[in-house]
Amino acid sequence: MNEMLLAEGVVDLVDHRARREGCQRVKTVRLEIGKLSGVEPEAIRFCFDEVASGTLAEGAALDIVEQDGQAWCFDCGQLVPLAARGDPCPECGGFRLRMDEGVAMRVRELEIE
Amino acid sequence: MRFHVHADGTAHSHSGGAHHHRHDIHYGLGPAHAHAPGMSQARMVKVEQDILAKNDAYAAANRDYFRAHGIFALNLVSSPGSGKTTLLVRTVMALQERYPVCVIEGDQQTSLDADRIRATGVPALQINTGRGCHLDAHMVGHALEQLRPRDNSLLLIENVGNLVCPASFDLGEAHKVAILSVTEGEDKPLKYPDMFAAADLMLLNKSDLLPHLDFDVALAIEYARRVNPRIRAIVLSARTGEGMDEWLDWLDVQMDIAALRGAERDELRIGELEAEVRD
Repeated sequence: MNEMLLAEGVVDLVDHRARREGCQRVKTVRLEIGKLSGVEPEAIRFCFDEVASGTLAEGAALDIVEQDGQAWCFDCGQLVPLAARGDPCPECGGFRLRMDEGVAMRVRELEIE
Repeated sequence: MRFHVHADGTAHSHSGGAHHHRHDIHYGLGPAHAHAPGMSQARMVKVEQDILAKNDAYAAANRDYFRAHGIFALNLVSSPGSGKTTLLVRTVMALQERYPVCVIEGDQQTSLDADRIRATGVPALQINTGRGCHLDAHMVGHALEQLRPRDNSLLLIENVGNLVCPASFDLGEAHKVAILSVTEGEDKPLKYPDMFAAADLMLLNKSDLLPHLDFDVALAIEYARRVNPRIRAIVLSARTGEGMDEWLDWLDVQMDIAALRGAERDELRIGELEAEVRD
């Protein structure tokens, strides 16, 4: 995943919203990154400061909440925890799975002042 | 090192979904964020927006455009060197007598691929992404303004050769088609699961080379189905033409479905055709 681009997406979204709220600066940006989203949280963190420079998000703390993966197993007929795409169902060992939770990457909330 | 919640976790629980004011207001967010009276007052703002929301909005606009004009659009994704452009050239040569076809080519640099497509007589537009590693829906929207595909046409979008980033960017296409060449190793679907999870069809290209390789076709398909139980697979060689008919037949049926969607919205017939292309 191109985390630099995602960091730009985050900063755009945050800067836009912060302007609309009429705030001076953003103190904290809270992100939700699903463990099945294919996004590496540390890589976003690495890019964020650089991309945020010169925006209202400059200097903001980045709080990343990683969401565990969950899938629907068609064979077990239930939701099961899943650590990564391509892993088998922990119950039956099968692969007939549909990702259910942990695929999102979104900005949850901002702390502004 | 993990950066999880810590002190901020307290702040989060304050602003949780228990009450539904548009903005929850907080003064002082625990010891780490204590504020002196009269100083700045921090507050929490709920956002809950997908990081790729902007791209997804452009993709939705492209999809509406395709549906309204009966255009069937495919997003072809693969690693560099999988034979995508050769496959496209062979595909448009076989199909351009049957219905209008046009191509959008994505590469970081050069217009070599669009030149190869134009040599077949089919309109092609090159998008150079520069440092970008994938096409996005906004770029494709601009390309559509220039290319102006005809109603009830086939639009083939060749994405930048990259098995990672294009997986996350919806362009408004009907399907992503992942092309894997048999020289690459059958474990690619496990190594790049997001791409094979995002694709509805996998083309195993360069099948003419199979006699010279240890590539296990059944295993490659099994691995792809591990990350995507619904994925369909076609084994073919764009160079020799073997297996091409199955791919062209699949396209034919999809074109019929797109035309029905655009014009009469004959849901019953669409259902029949969709059943036909299912395994």
